[in-house]
Amino acid sequence: MNFFDNDLTTIHNQLVNHELTSYELTKQTIDALKVTDQTIDAFLTLDEDNALVTAKAIDEKGIDPANLLAGIPIAIKDNIMTKDLRTTAASKILENFTPIYDATVMEKVHANDMVVIGKTNMDEFAMGGSTENSAFKITKNPWDTTKVPGGSSGGSAAAVSAGMVPFALGSDTGGSIRQPASFTGVVGMKPTYGRISRWGLIAFGSSLDQIGPFSRGVKDNAALLAALVGEDKRDGTSVGGHDADFTAKLDAGVKGLRIGLPKEYLGEGVQQAVKDAILAAADKYRELGATVDEVSLPHSKYGVAAYYIISSSEASSNLQRFDGIRYGVRAQDAKNLNDVYIDSRTQGFGPEVKRRIMLGMYSLSAGYYDAYFKKAAQVRTLMRQDFANIFADHDLILGPVAPTPAYGIGADVSDPLTMYAGDVLSVPVNMAGLPGLSLPAGFADGLPIGMQLIGPAFAEATLYQAGYAFEQATDFHKQVPTLGGND
Amino acid sequence: MAISKEQVSHVANLARLSFNDEELSQFTDQMSKITNMFNQLQEVDTTDVEPMTHVVDLVNVVRDDVPAPAAPEERTALLDNAPDTEDGYIKVPAIFNNGEDSAE
Repeated sequence: MNFFDNDLTTIHNQLVNHELTSYELTKQTIDALKVTDQTIDAFLTLDEDNALVTAKAIDEKGIDPANLLAGIPIAIKDNIMTKDLRTTAASKILENFTPIYDATVMEKVHANDMVVIGKTNMDEFAMGGSTENSAFKITKNPWDTTKVPGGSSGGSAAAVSAGMVPFALGSDTGGSIRQPASFTGVVGMKPTYGRISRWGLIAFGSSLDQIGPFSRGVKDNAALLAALVGEDKRDGTSVGGHDADFTAKLDAGVKGLRIGLPKEYLGEGVQQAVKDAILAAADKYRELGATVDEVSLPHSKYGVAAYYIISSSEASSNLQRFDGIRYGVRAQDAKNLNDVYIDSRTQGFGPEVKRRIMLGMYSLSAGYYDAYFKKAAQVRTLMRQDFANIFADHDLILGPVAPTPAYGIGADVSDPLTMYAGDVLSVPVNMAGLPGLSLPAGFADGLPIGMQLIGPAFAEATLYQAGYAFEQATDFHKQVPTLGGND
Repeated sequence: MAISKEQVSHVANLARLSFNDEELSQFTDQMSKITNMFNQLQEVDTTDVEPMTHVVDLVNVVRDDVPAPAAPEERTALLDNAPDTEDGYIKVPAIFNNGEDSAE
């Protein structure tokens, strides 16, 4: 199956019309993926045997003509709990960990008869923007294998970009779905905080984390998101009762839609090619009948500082559970209990994870709490207010996802500050809990550039509507990397 | 405001992490630079601004505290994930070094 040329509806129709079985689709997908992934290294664990058994069972039950997702392969980021399938969060400390339960999203994936192909590479515990912080492998960008795929959901993004799978799940704490989608030229949605249950997502920054879908096209993305959302009594922060029909407005166009273009998102530090792509997208929207005018997010420049304080503080608390006692890797030869904690954590965590734990612990410690954590939480209030001011008379915001296209492998690893600065355009969305959609909007030197559509809370349908209108009016999404793909 | 090696050492202890001298120097340097970046928040006027700790306007979501049934195989599977077990319990080393370093 060629996932470059066949969208979800096409594949679904073949399955319904018995031109193709889910078993055949799964087998072809895995066979081709094994070849492509020798170059891309997107996967940490393949679940070949189980995927084929599942697909066969779905075929025997029959493909539900009303369910677009039935029998369709999907890859899962390795920080989402998958029952009986190794889940490592790309960390040595969970190298041998096999969950005994499924995350809520996985229950929904299975309830929709999707076929899980395997688990994808990521920055360890989702901390990073290049997937280079994985303890296990370096994932390559399918458009240029000397470049990073972005991160932290780099494996999921690269797998979809290279045509290995039609869908993947990622998680986004400060841009970890949208930025790799931008770097690899695919569609990635960070839903409103609370849309999707976080139960079974290995926690990083609990007030920021959201799971979301990757796909090649906007329409397919909307179809998958609809299957994942909903209140869950096991996640007290999940929210139900909002509009969850994400495809209803797809063909509505953008006539009369009011789009804001934040001047801070086209300022210093944003590469010219990226600015050009976004300005061209703004023109395209005007041409399609929307109004686009300049707006301001005055506190966005403080977003990186506030984000790294809050996310690291939450992480330092969340990662205390990794102590070598109940699960995960326990250091050998420790003489007493305290040494088990120290040695297991010291040997099990990589440098970036240790850095975040240290920053968080410091920000929360006596004497610094007011200056750091509390201050950041106050700035967060102001950032949310910035968005609310714009959405008082705008339907959505348009901007870049990241200041640059994908950079070289090894380029930024040594300097954490440079790495953190790359998150400036993506973290405000998480800080305010808003939905953000990343989709292809151009190229620079053969590398994809993504654009970001940001909406008010629970306005995902509007983002898909605007995203789809742009996609139909442009051909960026039709271009594919020369590497990967399969027939 | 630079961070001292002693402060980093103290935080490492709180975090149950251990660093050798070279790593400690590197972390001290990096944490100083990063907290310097954090300090730019001081220029924001946050007088009378409520800190935001959560996105969703939800308060105290509670449910009845009722144990859900667990199958025996779940217990076994959970124990299988533990590094060391004995007779259905998770085994850990002594809190003190065989009593030698006991505070008493």
